[in-house]
Amino acid sequence: MKVIYTDSLVIGGGLAGLRVAIASMQRGFDTIVLSLIPAKRSHSAAAQGGMQASLGACIKGEGDDEDIHFSDTVKGSDWGCDQDVARMFVNTSPKAIRQLAAWGVPWSRVRGGDRDVIINGEKVTITEKNEAHGLITSRDFGGTKKWRTCFTSDGTGHTMLYAMDNKAIQMGIPIHERKEAIALIHEDGVCYGAIVRDLITGELTAYVAKATTIATGGYGRLYAVTTNAVISEGIGNAIALETGIATLGNMEAVQFHPTAIVPVGILTTEGCRGDGGLLLDKDGYRFMPDYEPDKKELASRDVVSRRMTEHMRKGKGVPSRYGDHLWLDITLLGRKHIEKNLREVKEICEYFLGIDPVEEYIPVRPTQHYSMGGIRTKATGESPALKGLFSAGEAACWDMHGFNRLGGNSVAETVVAGMIVGEYVADYCSANPLNVSTSTIQQFMKQEEKKITDLLVRDFGENPFQLKAEMQKIMMDKVGIFRNGEDLEQAVEELKVLSQRAKKIALRNRISSSNPELVEAIRVPKMIKLAQCVAYGAMLRTESRGAHAREDYPERNDRDWLKRTLTTWKDDFSDLPEVTYEDLDVMKMEMPPGSRGYGVDNTVQHPDTVRREQEIQEIKKTNPGADRYELQELLNPILIPEKFKGKNERIGRGFK
Amino acid sequence: MSDQERVLKFQIFRYNPQKKGDKPRMVTYEVTEAPGMTIFIALNEIREQQDPSIQFDFVCRAGICGSCAMVVNGQPTLACRTLTSKYEDGQIKLLPLPGFELIGDLSVNTGKFMRVMSERVESWIHDKYADEVNFEKLEERMDPDVADEIYELERCVECGCCVSACATKRMRPDFLSAVGFMRLARYALDPRDKRSDEEFYEIIGDDDGVFGCMTLLGCEDYCPKDLPHQTRIAYLRRKMALVR
Repeated sequence: MKVIYTDSLVIGGGLAGLRVAIASMQRGFDTIVLSLIPAKRSHSAAAQGGMQASLGACIKGEGDDEDIHFSDTVKGSDWGCDQDVARMFVNTSPKAIRQLAAWGVPWSRVRGGDRDVIINGEKVTITEKNEAHGLITSRDFGGTKKWRTCFTSDGTGHTMLYAMDNKAIQMGIPIHERKEAIALIHEDGVCYGAIVRDLITGELTAYVAKATTIATGGYGRLYAVTTNAVISEGIGNAIALETGIATLGNMEAVQFHPTAIVPVGILTTEGCRGDGGLLLDKDGYRFMPDYEPDKKELASRDVVSRRMTEHMRKGKGVPSRYGDHLWLDITLLGRKHIEKNLREVKEICEYFLGIDPVEEYIPVRPTQHYSMGGIRTKATGESPALKGLFSAGEAACWDMHGFNRLGGNSVAETVVAGMIVGEYVADYCSANPLNVSTSTIQQFMKQEEKKITDLLVRDFGENPFQLKAEMQKIMMDKVGIFRNGEDLEQAVEELKVLSQRAKKIALRNRISSSNPELVEAIRVPKMIKLAQCVAYGAMLRTESRGAHAREDYPERNDRDWLKRTLTTWKDDFSDLPEVTYEDLDVMKMEMPPGSRGYGVDNTVQHPDTVRREQEIQEIKKTNPGADRYELQELLNPILIPEKFKGKNERIGRGFK
Repeated sequence: MSDQERVLKFQIFRYNPQKKGDKPRMVTYEVTEAPGMTIFIALNEIREQQDPSIQFDFVCRAGICGSCAMVVNGQPTLACRTLTSKYEDGQIKLLPLPGFELIGDLSVNTGKFMRVMSERVESWIHDKYADEVNFEKLEERMDPDVADEIYELERCVECGCCVSACATKRMRPDFLSAVGFMRLARYALDPRDKRSDEEFYEIIGDDDGVFGCMTLLGCEDYCPKDLPHQTRIAYLRRKMALVR
């Protein structure tokens, strides 16, 4: 049995995983990163539009601060997020971006003086302050009060990932590429690493570690059409689920991005609309102001996606052989702007659609984009159920996004969570000895070996590619943007059947080394379990919140549903996960539930909401001299590593 | 986009070094073309419906991650964004990218190569204070034009097309190649990197570095991101020639 020992094992080499690895290495712990692919190819690179941090340097960001970022994030989440975590996040994001600036990200900068921009379809001249010249600038994004999204053209994720991976290389962090973690090793409720398959040789190795961090991204590929990379299959989530101990949170919270191109589902960034692009229907009519008079195209993604679907259902979509779509018009932004700030979008349009977006409209449709759900963690990033297991980034339900993530908050989460969780991982490594018995490691190794051998010797059975396609179709058709009880019940039943069939996969190519069919056969049963967590969670949640929209339960029901779904899969022979709920405590909220200011407000109130509002007024009244920091401390005291506690400076405002 | 269905003929290089006794060979597969079909779509269809053992690498399938470079009808390019409709006779020949360790079929180990390249050019900001920066304070200012210029050079996706298209690299196995020069040019332009020209010379001031380039410029011709290899290599060469 091949065994590799380390202190901090990080599964996933995207932004979150690399940042956790950097943190553990900086604290002196032996660290290994596992990645399916070369780290610089991770899906983080696909983040185009930017990273939210309330620097407030650009004139349209003036007056921005952590509090406004917090309020936007909580509203965006439809009050489903963990407000402690959202607070930790907004307070740390400016630090994360500044650190990345020092590590080499060429953030686009403020240019003092006049410039023309498009706002609400009109050309407007804005004047950037000369004192801000050369500071990091920002653009507008959906669901935000200020222009807060910092960027490098529309290649933000790419430049961030390159800077982060280069930093990891500088520190000599080993990244073991083309390795797939297929099971977690655990004993007595403590996680000790993973059984890992080499995707070239097929060899299994036990990576034994004090702390294990899963940073494997989202599960978009449960759907047939998604903006996600082909590796975003949720396997990190699935191996946590298969421990039977770790819990997944809010798996039914799945985001659909308004503007992916038709038919292939490749993303065009929200920056298109942030920079002034419009959505048009088959008549060339700009319909969003009719639905959302205030935020128009820049309401939150869940709202815009639903409005688009609603409009297409009224027969206003553009018919095509791939079904109806709408138009994204960025022609009004002009060639110069598009070639500088939206050049990846331009390339994508040229190569995949054969059109020039400077001259022509882009065919778009809401498409699966982001997984708000994931491995449930505490604010420290550690699983509350399985000790020593951490998670960060999209793979985690750290829970700053609740039921809808704001654009620009995902790459921001990866690096901020990487910083914060990375410190807690290091703390864990220093406080805990590695204390696992060899027989446990061997038992997990044998179990995985047996599963693979069974696959290789079975003569007849199911085709894993076909099972996956069937699962993806169920998710598309029945667990999509708009959901209803009948469809969801059917989805659950059909996934149960698939789950049984997935126990009988047989291969045509029966070799244990490099073998794409075997990879598929290992992953597909795991993916079907995850799909069931999404579908079953969605079926049980009889309300609409954020991206979870039930046609049969259209109201947000704070009274009964202000809670997080927790899913475990205790019995491998079972067809369904066990679902429990964790209440969100209104009496601890810095911002009690209210109206988002966009979308439909039909909330069934929680009985504590008014009480908490009164309590907050009381606290404010009894502390008339408190500044915003002191007030936050009173309303929402948070735990945060010492090194990230400081206040953030802003131009023209200092540390106020 | 044409609505006519036609049958594409893919000739694909097959060889699995992991499999004892396997020999390199070309195998032909037929695929019915669909509208908007890319090589990514076609290869997956072949894998799912005809031969589940075929190896290739795709990640983003949107032309941004650099995983899928291969030689398509004699030209190195990103397979994911190559439409099959581009090939009028419907004949498409696929070979793995030369110049890299073969994993199997169309899959090559660019990751290993790129890590070595990054270590060799020390692909990071050299500033001893970078880790001590006080991130509570305003960030250091940067000229907006300089930031934009750095981004231009940082658009490289490490796909390896330039390496496979480089004649010098064929003759000199340790030749750094355009991907390495571009990376270095990016840091040479960056005011945050405090390295001197002498320090850059130590890395690229020889025949395996910028003086070895024969200026055949396959890199410029085949770069999927249209990076300015020619001007950057010339710039580095001038800069290095002035060092000694």
